[in-house]
Amino acid sequence: MNAKKLKKNWPVYVLGALLAAGLIAPLATGASAPGFFIEVAIGGLMSGVLYSLVALGFVLIFKASGVFNFAQGAMVLFAALALARMSEVMPLWLAFGLAILIMIVFAWVVERLVLRHLVNQEGVVLLMATLGVTYFLDGFGQTVWGSDVYKIELGLPKEPMILLQDVFDGGVLVGKEDLFAAVIAALLVLCLAVFFQKTPTGRALRAVADDHQAAQSIGIPLNRIWVIVWSVAGVVALVAGMIWGAKLGVQFSLQLVALKALPVVILGGLTSVPGAILGGLIIGVGEKFAEVFLAPVLTSKFDLAGGGIEYWFAYVLALLFLLVRPEGLFGEKHIDRV
Amino acid sequence: MLYRENGQFKTSYAADQQLLPIVQDRFFVWGLVLLAFVAVPLFASDYWFRALIVPFLILSIAAIGLNILVGYCGQISLGHAGFMAVGAYAAYNLVVRVPEVNFLLALVVAGAAAALVGVFFGIPSLRIKGLYLSVATLAAQFFLDWVFIRVKWFTNYSPSGSVSTSPVELFGWVIDAPRDKYWFVLAIVVVMTVAAKNLTRGAIGRSWMAIRDMDVAAEVIGIRPMHAKLTAFAVSAFFAGVAGALWGFVHLGAWEPLAFNVNLSFNLLFMIIIGGMGSILGSFFGAAFIVVLPLLLNQIPEWFGIPLSTAAISHLEFMIFGALIVLFLIAEPHGLARLWAIGKEKLRLWPFPH
Repeated sequence: MNAKKLKKNWPVYVLGALLAAGLIAPLATGASAPGFFIEVAIGGLMSGVLYSLVALGFVLIFKASGVFNFAQGAMVLFAALALARMSEVMPLWLAFGLAILIMIVFAWVVERLVLRHLVNQEGVVLLMATLGVTYFLDGFGQTVWGSDVYKIELGLPKEPMILLQDVFDGGVLVGKEDLFAAVIAALLVLCLAVFFQKTPTGRALRAVADDHQAAQSIGIPLNRIWVIVWSVAGVVALVAGMIWGAKLGVQFSLQLVALKALPVVILGGLTSVPGAILGGLIIGVGEKFAEVFLAPVLTSKFDLAGGGIEYWFAYVLALLFLLVRPEGLFGEKHIDRV
Repeated sequence: MLYRENGQFKTSYAADQQLLPIVQDRFFVWGLVLLAFVAVPLFASDYWFRALIVPFLILSIAAIGLNILVGYCGQISLGHAGFMAVGAYAAYNLVVRVPEVNFLLALVVAGAAAALVGVFFGIPSLRIKGLYLSVATLAAQFFLDWVFIRVKWFTNYSPSGSVSTSPVELFGWVIDAPRDKYWFVLAIVVVMTVAAKNLTRGAIGRSWMAIRDMDVAAEVIGIRPMHAKLTAFAVSAFFAGVAGALWGFVHLGAWEPLAFNVNLSFNLLFMIIIGGMGSILGSFFGAAFIVVLPLLLNQIPEWFGIPLSTAAISHLEFMIFGALIVLFLIAEPHGLARLWAIGKEKLRLWPFPH
């Protein structure tokens, strides 16, 4: 590795070093209970998977249409509500299929009524438009599907299992449903990768993401691409909502948690799918560690009324990152600098 | 016929540069202020003051603040409720710790504290803009939320985390009755509005607008982006801080943690989108709209004899807000203020078509 490359990528290394330090420091202090430490890490990874999924839908839309889609969180909630309520009266697979259909219709409506009329507008205007879509979707979803807490039954085993019992004292407690969720998420990412790399539609999507004008000039219909990409993002939202709903129940507070996809994409880079996934995992693990290991220290030092630094950790991390490396870990180098 | 500036010749610079150059406008605005100070208190009931007019006036100040940042300087903020919280808690702490302090001074301190915090969270705007900035300001919102819940000093070690204030007293005038609150808030609104109007049409306001319209070009003609952006953040947060202190002391009286949460930030943004970005008048329209709509939604179904549950109404409110935002962004990006301007233009020609 030459010095130039080192210079160019130093924030990545600094972050890596920080993360490593963050991983080692609790290990050193928590050496008496490494099992607990690993459990925290796994718990963080699990919420990280969900952040990654929300962020993934976000990045897909941003790449294809340049829209900073604030409504991704609302889409997750809406899709999960639809799935939860429909699965009450029909088998899960049918409800899942219908929910996909609903998300496709939603994508079509958004393109027809919103995006089409806001072509060539500034990014901030589009952002505010998606904020409007968010509010509409929240109200609409709860009017149609109700606003209680609903449960999605995937028929997953609930009882946790204990791993590595012979390595550590007491072993490591891992929920089986968490593992299933991770597998589902990985499958989804795999499907998306195949879709984008191997199918003609996927190729068209990548062309649009690369260069709107060039794609249009070789005859790729932008409007249809937008519908497709919003549909794909809708499906991703549905899967995210399904996993989330199976774990914690479908409720309005999902919305606020899904907002955390914003710092995730900033961290990973707005245009990078691997960045979204990795960013989600980093933030998931980071905020769990911060909550478990840093918050008690802060609380006792500054006499706080309790921890809860999960609440802002992701945002402040993204804020710091913006100051150092605005394009994120894997984003395109070119960015609107002022 | 009545509204035209024919024959109103300006013979001095002062006359040419005054705030309201047209005689009819001056009459209208003075009449409006007179009406607000004298006639409204005669007719409005206590309920109207409490539920409608006072919140509208206070939120107008906050909306003007946000409009200065978003509408005039082009920097988006999703954290203005956080700055309002800074103002409210700054005033609270000052009043609790130094009880003899004049409330007007507390308001200034509230604004100043919010301005400081605003500048701090505005620093990222020097490197990033637009979409990225929205996340930076969102960080401000969530971090400030947390600080005021968790750091006990700010809530004066109240066990529940909520704080309560005694009625504001100003030179022996106890501002407790809804009518007194109204007069007090109205006076502050008038002062703040005139200040905002003058700031935005002066040199500093022009530099904000230049940055908004094209930052590179603005820099080339000698505007310092750092100065312009940070002053916009400071002034904007100052307004938000004053509004926050008024919201806490005059409107709420006692408030819980998360009274200034991210939804309030979104609502402020909706006010300026609906009212009109880059328009002081629009901030008032937007604030009025956002305050009135939920009340109307509560009343209208009753008039028609269709009982709706409160949950259904709040969902309906969400849907209408969302649809209106999109509608305004598409059909009238300059909001209600633009409609007002079109009406005025029509009035100038009336009764002739051209």
